[in-house]
Parts: sequence; structure tokens; C-alpha cells
Amino acid sequence: MIEVPEAPAPAPVPVPVAGLRTRGWLRSNPLLAFGGAVSALIVIVAVLAPLLAPDPGDAGSATHPFDVLKAPSAQHWFGTDQVGRDVLSRVIYGARISPLVALFVLLIACAIGIPLGIAAGYFGGWLDDVIMRVTDIVLAFPALLLALALAALLPPSMTSLTIAISATWWPWYVRLIRGQAASVAGRPYIESCRALGISRRRIIFRHILPNAITPLIVQVSLDVGGVILTASALSFLGLGAQDPTPDWGLMVSEGQTYFTTDWWVVTFPGLAILITAFAFNLLGDGLRDLLDPRRVILR
Amino acid sequence: MTRYIARRLALAVVVVAGVVLLTFVIAHAVPGSPAASWAGPHASPAQVAAAAKYLGLDRPLPVQIARYFAGIFTGNWGVSIHTHQSVLSNIATAAPASLELVIAALIIALAVGVPAGLVSARRPGRPADQAIRAGSILGVSMPIFWMALILQLVFAQRLHVLPVAGEYSSNLLFTNPLTKVTGFPVLDALFTGNWPMLGSTLTHLILPAVVVAAYPAGLISRMVRAQILDTVGETHVQMARALGLPERDVFGRYLMKLAWSPVSAAIALVFGYSLVNTFLVESIFDWPGLGSYAVASIGTLDTPAILGVTLFVAIAYVIANLIVDIVQAVIDPRIRLR
Amino acid sequence: MRLEITGLNVRFGARSVVDVDHLGVDDAEIVGLAGESGSGKSMTTLAVLGLANTVGATVAGSIKLEGRELIGLPEKVLIGLRGSRIAAIFQSPSMAFNPVFRVGDVALRALRRHGLTGSEATDRVDQAMRGVLLSPDLLRRYPSQLSGGQLQRVAIALAVALRAEVLLADEPTSALDVTVQAEVLELLRELRSRDGMSVLFISHDLAVIAELCDRVAVMQAGSIVEQGPTDQIMSAPQHPYTADLLRSVPAIERRA
Repeated sequence: MIEVPEAPAPAPVPVPVAGLRTRGWLRSNPLLAFGGAVSALIVIVAVLAPLLAPDPGDAGSATHPFDVLKAPSAQHWFGTDQVGRDVLSRVIYGARISPLVALFVLLIACAIGIPLGIAAGYFGGWLDDVIMRVTDIVLAFPALLLALALAALLPPSMTSLTIAISATWWPWYVRLIRGQAASVAGRPYIESCRALGISRRRIIFRHILPNAITPLIVQVSLDVGGVILTASALSFLGLGAQDPTPDWGLMVSEGQTYFTTDWWVVTFPGLAILITAFAFNLLGDGLRDLLDPRRVILR
Repeated sequence: MTRYIARRLALAVVVVAGVVLLTFVIAHAVPGSPAASWAGPHASPAQVAAAAKYLGLDRPLPVQIARYFAGIFTGNWGVSIHTHQSVLSNIATAAPASLELVIAALIIALAVGVPAGLVSARRPGRPADQAIRAGSILGVSMPIFWMALILQLVFAQRLHVLPVAGEYSSNLLFTNPLTKVTGFPVLDALFTGNWPMLGSTLTHLILPAVVVAAYPAGLISRMVRAQILDTVGETHVQMARALGLPERDVFGRYLMKLAWSPVSAAIALVFGYSLVNTFLVESIFDWPGLGSYAVASIGTLDTPAILGVTLFVAIAYVIANLIVDIVQAVIDPRIRLR
Repeated sequence: MRLEITGLNVRFGARSVVDVDHLGVDDAEIVGLAGESGSGKSMTTLAVLGLANTVGATVAGSIKLEGRELIGLPEKVLIGLRGSRIAAIFQSPSMAFNPVFRVGDVALRALRRHGLTGSEATDRVDQAMRGVLLSPDLLRRYPSQLSGGQLQRVAIALAVALRAEVLLADEPTSALDVTVQAEVLELLRELRSRDGMSVLFISHDLAVIAELCDRVAVMQAGSIVEQGPTDQIMSAPQHPYTADLLRSVPAIERRA
């Protein structure tokens, strides 16, 4: 019986730079460490919200007409808003909303982007052309614009928001995966795989996908901050979360009218958006530096 | 070179056609009949039916698409529900203010971002680099509607250093009225020698422009840094040094020019991004541009206006990309020599 | 000795890549530095130019140009010396020029930095181009429009235009066809005979070294294991490594 050689081993995922093991890692990557720590903190806060918030009911539809617009104090660290709700509690519960939206959006974007990208990159031909033309046209719109138009025409809700943002986010992933798929598909060892009669499914799953994982992880981590900002911007415009949902963007919008006299209603939720986006962006940036083997620094 | 431009132009036209098609799809794909959105939220059933007829919604789909395209190209972008005027004329009135804001923001972003990126790339890993990188990422992570509110509170309302809102001080309309030359207040004041007005328009421009500039500045700074670090190891850099050129020439002139190509691509990107960002900032500063118009349209569910603004910004984005493609070909010989 | 290297040590942290006891190049002399890739030859070039720190290496020892110590000189002084006294040409000529600038741009700027006026600089460079048998018009082209051989000759012309006394040639012919290679070698010979230039010719190609160089130094893992007149080294190598290198070359034209 003829010994059929096993298909070549799947291409190895690029290994993180050696610096990962040395203890000087923390000092040489302070931004990444900071970003990772704060991101983790935010996730923990989101998960433990009911335990951490002093007035969990305020994150819902509770109102306290006698405590309206009180300045920050020992009782209410972040003050109270225009219907008397504790701003700190609402900010804490808000941590559940933004990252969750980001998660859903990116999952949908990947769910659409990966199959389309593989179809375009691996099979090529007219399928590639069609998919890329559609992608190009969607990408011809600045990101926020399309999401805004869609969200404005749909009934305002978190669901509409998520759909609207996903509809504008998937094209980047198609491009990314297509590039990976096309470059791997063109390599000689794939041809030998086909010649050996290995099924297309196996090629896709054992060879193309593993190569795409690392850039995908980098892209996703870089996008989390962007989606959070987009979502909060749409909520600010009234196109996403509705009262009493403790969405940070919505809170800034609601607090606008009182801002000149009661600064805390706007400041703390907005600060939360900033810190969250900042932390996730640092994390994404740091991951990209770490996992991209091209980054050799010469002076 | 002309062939390159012709190719790019043809491509742009195709993309614009696709963009128009996509707005059609959006208009007709979202739940709620287009006729109902057109007629407005307070229309009676008879008015909705009349709107449906007017919009030609009873015709077959290809005919609808053709009529839509024809309408767009002849300037019939519909009638705005909240202003009762033609959408296109509303946009034409509002656009200059937004463009002025975006261009001012981009100038600030380049003036801050490029040197920051250069300094960052000179000594990578050192404190200045880490600080600039953190600052850039901060700029990119900024919720600009919040930044607008905070800056307005601090600088205008508390410190009284800068004006609160508006394009210029309305008192000046009596003493130094502004004659319209270009439609851009700053340029108009400059060209007519209206110095008090020029000062007023510039000071009013500062806060909104700085807010809109945060994201592009951060992006450009990181881009410059990345590009320079990518090429700093190449032989021609050592060659330039070996010929006796000081580091400031090596970085500032030779490495920087290599970075302009991707940076100019980034400029088109942030132009589009910033134009949309104005939607978030203009109403806070009472800036009479597309952003205020868009926000008002959203608030009144003015579908024709919303779609009109979307189409306009998308086309502006395509044009910006086209301009950048051409500029890139001029700067970077590798592109046109291909 | 115009260029005298003594006790030179170049290291990356704790790792030493160059450890040269003595290496010298005299007026009107071509000295070959032979060895395999990765033996530290290129780092020697960078060290002489004072550019080792740009890749993160530290330098110790002595490098003297006309008796003047270079190591430890302030950067401003080194910048003045680079190009005008010591010049370099590199291995991959197509990579040695910035692709978005015209080929003559760097040279003209360098000459102006060294004190010449615009027209003086243009004249010098044009003359140098003619000296390497190239039309000065080529200076207005972009690197992608010139061949490897042409680019390398332009690089040599730049060294000539700057009136450098010492030329460090780091694998200048490795990326070129044999026929073009011959032209470049002939140019280098002319620079030695006509202008009295000192050339340090670094290469892994022993055949070329045998043909071109007056003296040879053989480098192994950063140290010079043997040096002397070319004929002597080629015909009667003392060190086993030299002998190995010679053996691995298919046929070497021994100069009579």
C-alpha cells in the first residue's frame, strides 16, 4: 500500500516576541499593562454591578423627586441626576451596556465577515468581485454615517443600534479575512494539498483559518474602543438606548441642559466612556505590537 | 499621469453610483413605508397614499431606481419635512459652515500630529514616545460630544476666554456686516478686509475645531510614527547618514516624505470621519452647519433630509478620496510610475 | 596609514560582534575584508562611520583617520567628516536610495550641508557623474528608473563628488551581474590610481577580492585571523579558516 504523506502541518500562528517571558515585560510595555488592567477592571465592574452600586434600583426606573440634582457628596459620590437617581450607580451599571454592545456587534461582524472573506479570498473569480464591490460601496460611507442613517430610520432601541452598527462594521472584516485567505490560498503548499485530494473544508479549517486568527484578534481588540464610541455617540443623539437605561451616551445627552450648573451629570458618564475606550484601545494597540512580528525597532 | 487620474475618476463615478443605489436601498428597506416617512409622522392616510403616488412607489422596481437616480442628478433630493424647503438647498446653505470647521480641524490635526509623530519616532520607547503614544490613543478614544461640552464649560462659560457658541459674534452684524463672497465666514472676512469680523470668526472657530481635531491628530501622530519606524532600518537611511546629513534632515525630510503617502490616505479617512463628527458637535456650539441640520432632521424624523445629508457626506467622502489619490500620485513617484 | 583601526570592539549588550586587533588602509590602496555573511564585516563599516549606535551597538577601541581619533568625537564633528572624508557604498544599490526622491537629491543636499553653494554642488556632482561614465541627466531620475549597476555607479560618483579620502564599500557588487560587476571594479581601481583613494572592500566573494585588492584581511566571527598581501594570502594561507574559504571557491585566478 502506498504511504500517503500527511498534509503539511498547518502554518504556525506567529509567536509573540520573546519579551513575553522576561520579567521586564511590564516595564517595557506600560501602556499595554495599564490598558489590560483597566479593561479587566471594567469587565469586573460590569459583572459585579449589583454588588458594587450603592443604589442598584437607580439604574432602573426608580426616581427620587426630593434628591434631584444634588452635587457629589459622601452619600452620592457622583451626585444625583435630574430625577434624583444616583449617578455612580448608573455609571456602574452602564459598564454592562457598552462592552456588551461591542461584543454583539463584533460577533455579528465576524459572523458575516469571515465566511464572506473566505469565499472571496479562497474561491476568487466572480464571487470575489461581487463581494468586494459590495464591500467597497459600504466602505465608501464614513463609518458613523451609515450607522446613523440606519439608526435614525429604525425605531430607537439598543437592538436597532446594534443592528445599525453591525451593518456598517462587517466590511472591514471581509477585507481582512479575504486578504489572509487569498495570500494563503496562493501558496504552493495549498496546491499540493489539493493535489493530494484533501477536501476544501479541511484546507479552510486547518490552514486558512489558523493564519487568520492572529490578525483577527488584533483587529477585534482594536475595534472594541471604536464600537463603544460609536454606540455612545448614537445614544447621545437619541438613537439607541432610551430612558431609563443607564447608557453613558444617553446620560450625557440627558444632562446637557443642566450642565452649566450641575456639571456632574455629564462629566462622570462621559469620563466613563473615555476611560473605557482608552483602556480597550491601549489593549488593542499593545496586542498588535506584541503579535505583529514585523515590529523590530531600530533607531 | 493623466491616465492614472482618468482611471481614478472613472472609479469614483462608479462608487458614487453605488452609493446612490445604497441610499435607495436604505430608504426602501427599512421598516415603515417610504411614503409614510416622506409624508412625515403626522400625516393622514390620504396624505400617505398621495405621497406614495408622488414617489412612484406603485411603479416597478427598476423604474423606481431609474427615477431615483434621475432625481438625484437633476438636483431633486426631496423636500425637507422640518424646513419645508428643498433638501439640496438646505444642504447647500449648511455645508460651508461644516466644511470650514472640518478643514480648520484638519489643519490643527496636521500641525499637532505630524511633529508629534516625528518626535515620537526619533526615540522610540523613551518617555517622550510613551507620552505621545498615550496622548494619541487618548485623542482617538475621546467621546467628542463630551469633550465639546467640557471645553465649552471650562473655556467659555467659566473662564470667559473663548466665545460660547455661534460662528461669529452677532453684535458685529450691525457694526461690521459680513458680505458673502465664498460662503465661508473666515475667508469672507479675510477677503473683504473685515478685521473685527475676522477676529470674531476665528475665535469662534477655535473650540469646535479643537474638539473635532482630537481624533485626526491622534490618528495622524500614530500613523507618522508607525511609518517612520517601519522604514528607519532601510539602507537609504544609513546612506543619507553616511553622506553626512544630520538627523533632522534624515528624519524631517527623507523619512517624513516616505510617510506622506499613507498619511495623506489617512487625511481622506479623517475628513469623512470628521465631517460626520460635526453632527455631534455643532448643536452644542450652535454652529449652523450640516451637523445641526442632521440633528434637527433626526429629531423630527425628517427622512428625506436624513437621506440627503447621508448622500451628500458620502459623495464628499468619495471626492476627498479622489483628491487624495491624485495628490499621492504627485508626491510619491512610485505610484504614477507603476 | 590613512585609516587605522586598532583594538576595535563592537558589541550588542554583552554580545561582541567585532573584535579587530589591527586593520589599516593606506593611501591609494584597496584592502579587502573577506569573510562569510554575518561575520561582522558590515558592523565594521558602521563603526568607522560612527553610526553603530543607530542600530543599538556600542563601540570601543581606536579608529584613526590620518592620525585623528574618531571614536568619542562629538556627533557634529562626525557629521562633518561623513561624506567629505569617509564615504560608504552599500550592498543593495536599489535600496540605497530613497524611492521618493530623485537620485541626485541626497548628494546635492549633503554637499550644501558641507558648505558648497547650490551651483558649486551641482557642478561637482555633474563632474563626478561624468567621471563614472554616466550622464548627469540621470540625477534627475528616480531610483526605480535606473538599473542596479547605474545606481551603484551613482553611489560611487557621490563619494567622488564629496572628495572622500576613504571609501567603505560594503558588498558593492554582490547584487550585480558579473559584467556590471566588472565595470564597478574598474571604477574602484581608477579611484585608487587616479585619485589616490583608500578603499576598504568588504565582500564574501573571494574571487572578486583576489582580482581587485592589494591586501586582504580575513575575518571570522568578528576577528581578523589573517592579513597580508593578496598574492601571499591566496597562494599560501597560514590560517586554517583562510584555507577553508579558499577551498570553497570553485576556481580562483591566482595573480602571478
